[in-house]
Amino acid sequence: MATYSLKETKQPPKSQTKAVLWLKDNLFSSVTNASLTFIALYIIYLLLPPILNWTIFDANFDLTADNDSCGREGACWSFINANFKMFIYGFYPQEELWRVNTMFGIIAALVALGSLLKSSQYRAHFIIGSFLIYPVVAFVLLYGGLGLEIVETDKWGGLTLTVVVAAVGIIASFPLGILFALGRQSEMRVVKFISVVYIEFVRGVPLITILFMASVVLPLFFSAGMDFDKLLRALIGITLFQTAYIAEVIRGGLQAIPKGQYEAADAAGLSFMQKTMLVILPQALKISIPNIVGSFIALFKDTTLLLIIGLFDMLAIVGAATSNSNWLGRDTEGYVFVAMVIWVILYSMSRYSKRLEVRFSTEHK
Amino acid sequence: MSELTNKEIGEKGCCDIIEIKGLNKWYGDFHALKDIDLNVKEGEIIVVCGPSGSGKSTLIRCVNFLEKFQEGSILVDGTELTDDVKKIRQVRSEVSMVFQHFNLFPHLSIIDNLTLAPIWVHHETKQEAREKALKLLDRVGIKDQAEKYPNQLSGGQQQRVAIARSLCTSPKIMLFDEPTSALDPEMISEVLDVMIELAKEGITMLCVTHEMGFAKKVADRVIFMDEGQVIEQNTPEKFFENPESERLQLFLDQILTQ
Repeated sequence: MATYSLKETKQPPKSQTKAVLWLKDNLFSSVTNASLTFIALYIIYLLLPPILNWTIFDANFDLTADNDSCGREGACWSFINANFKMFIYGFYPQEELWRVNTMFGIIAALVALGSLLKSSQYRAHFIIGSFLIYPVVAFVLLYGGLGLEIVETDKWGGLTLTVVVAAVGIIASFPLGILFALGRQSEMRVVKFISVVYIEFVRGVPLITILFMASVVLPLFFSAGMDFDKLLRALIGITLFQTAYIAEVIRGGLQAIPKGQYEAADAAGLSFMQKTMLVILPQALKISIPNIVGSFIALFKDTTLLLIIGLFDMLAIVGAATSNSNWLGRDTEGYVFVAMVIWVILYSMSRYSKRLEVRFSTEHK
Repeated sequence: MSELTNKEIGEKGCCDIIEIKGLNKWYGDFHALKDIDLNVKEGEIIVVCGPSGSGKSTLIRCVNFLEKFQEGSILVDGTELTDDVKKIRQVRSEVSMVFQHFNLFPHLSIIDNLTLAPIWVHHETKQEAREKALKLLDRVGIKDQAEKYPNQLSGGQQQRVAIARSLCTSPKIMLFDEPTSALDPEMISEVLDVMIELAKEGITMLCVTHEMGFAKKVADRVIFMDEGQVIEQNTPEKFFENPESERLQLFLDQILTQ
């Protein structure tokens, strides 16, 4: 019999200088790549200095400066400082601002508590409980009642309004989207028909149209006294819109589940509900995480359309703030600031989705 | 078709636990099962073989109603399979199935795969289900993998988990749908060993497989199907040594000379 011996496993060869090798591999691997690198560098050379000059070197960081003493060469950041409350709270009454802060504070506390409970068996209870109770608490804090002074929704605005609309849209559309996704897969013809018609109708209409319908057309059907809140109508419109998109995203996930999973669940004797909740949905949702978050990010951006029906989200506040004669012509500062805030929020969402994907991954690590 | 007497089959059980009468199934226009009559006694080990497309998988998948059928009747442990969801679930709680592609739930750990049905269908406590699951995992030799996820195991290990999972609900009947066909050759024997162990314990088994060694070793009866019909059934000795039909003769020649 032929004899053989297993060879030793060795370390991969070490490169002399890692940085040089990285540059060679990634930026200068070919003539095309090298020229693209130079073009990119040139574009950066053209763009970066003016941006830095405007935002930092020529900017006025004196937070007490007014519009005239600020100068026009660079950004005037005291504009943001002076209007900061408006950006965050809109026209919410000064003496009631603590309520908005409390609302945000409770979110932060809940998130912190949630991550503390990471390995606890009560984590699921805690999360579900929070989702059920928190919206009520938040509503009472923002709107009033139970001894708190009523603040009408036309006073809400800024980041607060953006967050409220996005959060309501996300939280309400998620379960509804799941229902419609399942409905579209259903063997019951009527359920399937309704789901398909709903999803295809809403997806075929721009959000602006739906918002217009909700704010302008809908009231025509009600008598004058029955008119209900403008924000509420917008929320319903946005939720209906988002539901259709979430439903399609989740349907994509459902279709990716192999038939064998359904069969194994059936063969084990699970009921339809058990099969859906314990076997199919957890897998379908996991696959859909990137697209679900993508859809939520799109929704968050879409909240800026509220400006068209006369609600003052954060973007609309820029216009309101610069129409004040004290701060004429400071739109750029406003838009840059809003862009930065929204970017920070959306980038965090996207990172969080990445983390979820890793956490739910059961692949070989 | 040869009629078998009780004596020939052996002294297994007294009563039929599965009674299939006049079973016909169509996929669209395709006649997949033709007038199948089959009775299975409690504790009997039956191996079903035949060329691909012969309807053998379809037949055993009718037993737990994964496939609907248009004509005929199937009685499983006294419960007739109809569209009635309650009856279907009743049958499924007594019949377990092992699939060709394992079909473990990839989002659940091995132990959770095993305890899912006991907890949700058979209303056992988590503690009970867990203890039983660990015992079964021990029996199939993968107790130390209990907290891992299916995709972290080899094919043979996954199929052994699948067998343990199907045993978790203490079924009266086990259906095997080509359990070794998707496995690397090296891993087939580890799965067959587990199945042979099971066969010795008196559980009723209906097994679609091409592992003729397994059939010779443990089967009480071997059934040969072709084109949706039962062509021949017999004890393994007679089945392999004296096939009555030409078709079976040809089939055996082909698979045994591989």
